[in-house]
Amino acid sequence: MLSQLPIGLSIAGALLLIALGLTFTFGQMGVINMAHGEFIMAGAYTAYMLQGVFSGQAVLAALPVAFLVAGLMGLVLERFAIRRFYGRPLDTLLLTWGVSLVLQQVARDIFGAPNVNVTAPSWLDGRLTLGSVAIPYTRLFIMALAVACVVAIWAYMNRSKQGRRMRAVMQNRELASCSGVVTERVDQLTFFIGSGLAGVAGVALTLTGPIGPTLGTNYLVDAFLVVVAGGLGQLRGAVLAAVALGMLQSYVEFWTDASAAKVVVFAAIIAFLQVRPQGLFVMRSRALT
Amino acid sequence: MSALTRGKALLTGKYRGYVVFVSVALLLLAVAPAALDPFRLSLLAKYLCLAIAALGIGLAWGQGGMMTLGQGVFFGLGGYAMGMHLKLTEAGDNGLPDFMTWSGVEELPAIWEPFRNPVFALAMVVVLPVVVATALGVLVFRQRVRGAYFAILSQALAAAFVIWLVGNQGLTGGTNGLTNFYDIFGMYPEEDSTKTTFYFIVVIAVGVLYLVARHIVRSRFGRLLVAIRDGEDRVRFLGYNPATVKTIVFATSAAMAGIAGALYVPVVGIISPALLGVVPSIELLVAVAIGGRFSLAGALLGGVLMNWARTTFSESMPDGWIYIQGGLFILVILVAPKGIAGLAGQIGDLVARRRALRTAPAPAPEPGVKEEVPV
Repeated sequence: MLSQLPIGLSIAGALLLIALGLTFTFGQMGVINMAHGEFIMAGAYTAYMLQGVFSGQAVLAALPVAFLVAGLMGLVLERFAIRRFYGRPLDTLLLTWGVSLVLQQVARDIFGAPNVNVTAPSWLDGRLTLGSVAIPYTRLFIMALAVACVVAIWAYMNRSKQGRRMRAVMQNRELASCSGVVTERVDQLTFFIGSGLAGVAGVALTLTGPIGPTLGTNYLVDAFLVVVAGGLGQLRGAVLAAVALGMLQSYVEFWTDASAAKVVVFAAIIAFLQVRPQGLFVMRSRALT
Repeated sequence: MSALTRGKALLTGKYRGYVVFVSVALLLLAVAPAALDPFRLSLLAKYLCLAIAALGIGLAWGQGGMMTLGQGVFFGLGGYAMGMHLKLTEAGDNGLPDFMTWSGVEELPAIWEPFRNPVFALAMVVVLPVVVATALGVLVFRQRVRGAYFAILSQALAAAFVIWLVGNQGLTGGTNGLTNFYDIFGMYPEEDSTKTTFYFIVVIAVGVLYLVARHIVRSRFGRLLVAIRDGEDRVRFLGYNPATVKTIVFATSAAMAGIAGALYVPVVGIISPALLGVVPSIELLVAVAIGGRFSLAGALLGGVLMNWARTTFSESMPDGWIYIQGGLFILVILVAPKGIAGLAGQIGDLVARRRALRTAPAPAPEPGVKEEVPV
């Protein structure tokens, strides 16, 4: 029973890392970026590439690099394509899906279709034993990374000028623009950060197993569910939803099996939306839609 | 405009659609069977099956604004209902389907039992998708969950469905799905006559379902649907309940996907999770977007064209096809958001504007005013 707790938490950690990027791009900007999964993949392959230079410590070194790589990819995507589609989320979805297809194939052409491994640093070998519960250090690292990211994002959103501008643009684009906020630049930065976080998530995922060109897509559906359940653009919503979904997943899996767990999680979200159709936390607004 | 010319215009307008419909029907019913060998004919039947599912998406998404990324689920429910019946007829009165024996199942699961009855199985082809879609529709649309949220939920449904199918090997055949059919309502699948027969059944289904969809779109109900797509709240303020309309249309599109799946099984000879997941479901939607989401014929066309292109190009260059598909797709969304069906209109607009500019230098169009494309 208790042994499922750390498993649930570590699922939650990975989910949260991915969902954090989505709270920026989807939550703040309303862009359904299907290529988000490929930014995750790009982050993971960054760690793989850096192995040549940093060998065992690649994961640590990759964190900032992957943030930049994925962030820049996001920035390019925003500049050349997504910018034309603001206010038309469903078209963006289709467009970015095309981008995601192409990026996956690029990865296949560069790195080959088979999965590759990234060696975890030696100081992450072993596990922490608490009574009957053993948690691998890699899992602890993912959880810690998720917590660190949440804190950093919270500070950015609530304690920095840029973060304030970002929230202003999200709440009322026109009024923010009237008040002198250059909304275009805010959009770029927001998208950069959101995509960069996907890269960080990708690095973290290399600790959970081999990585391949479709790494990101496997997690993306669940991560979107986290954002939907948590409430659009709500940091605390994303945290709570990720933990809840991770726990639910791990416990249902424990009692039945993995395939039933997915169905139960889906049913639970539909049921939850009956009570709170807009997710856990809702930004109050007088807008109609 | 006099009554006479108005009548004439109406007639030519009506006449044109009629001519196109009849010529396409002739092409499919007479020319194609004569010109194509049974193998190619069977491939065309496969594309047409997928086009039926695309038609359903055209109805739900193009007309109703419900972007469903989970049509594979309904396609699968129809397909499995058909596949289960075929497997049971092959197994005989007390036998087990072959894959169950392999995975160590000794007794026929209770849920399989009624599918022995062909009437029940064929009814389930439509009933199962409709029930699931109605349940989801009622729960989701009534809570005014829509747009991107709905898209994500339908995608999650597809993901969960496929994982469940794969996880329950003994019940569903797992990753392999249901395949190796050798008795399709008394016909042997490899025979040319079987292929031709099912081709004609599929073509007739396409024609009938197209007319049904067209009837829905042209009715008052269809007007309401388009109105909901373009301004759901306004329709609500007028006293209608958008949730009901959307649920009915979503269920209709699910039924079409179910029929498509059921026809796909005898035509292609397999139904498996790989055909139903997140990616195939999006691919169907993509086909509709490329064909033209605002036109039912465009949806059908897209379904056939995209799947034809996939087969043709992935035969010759399996990796290149993905670049083509992705690139084509990005291009269509950027340049022609209304797809192939909308292209004629777009070009017409462009030509007309050019001509107008040449004859009389009209004032420049207001900057920043773009044509609105409903999402």
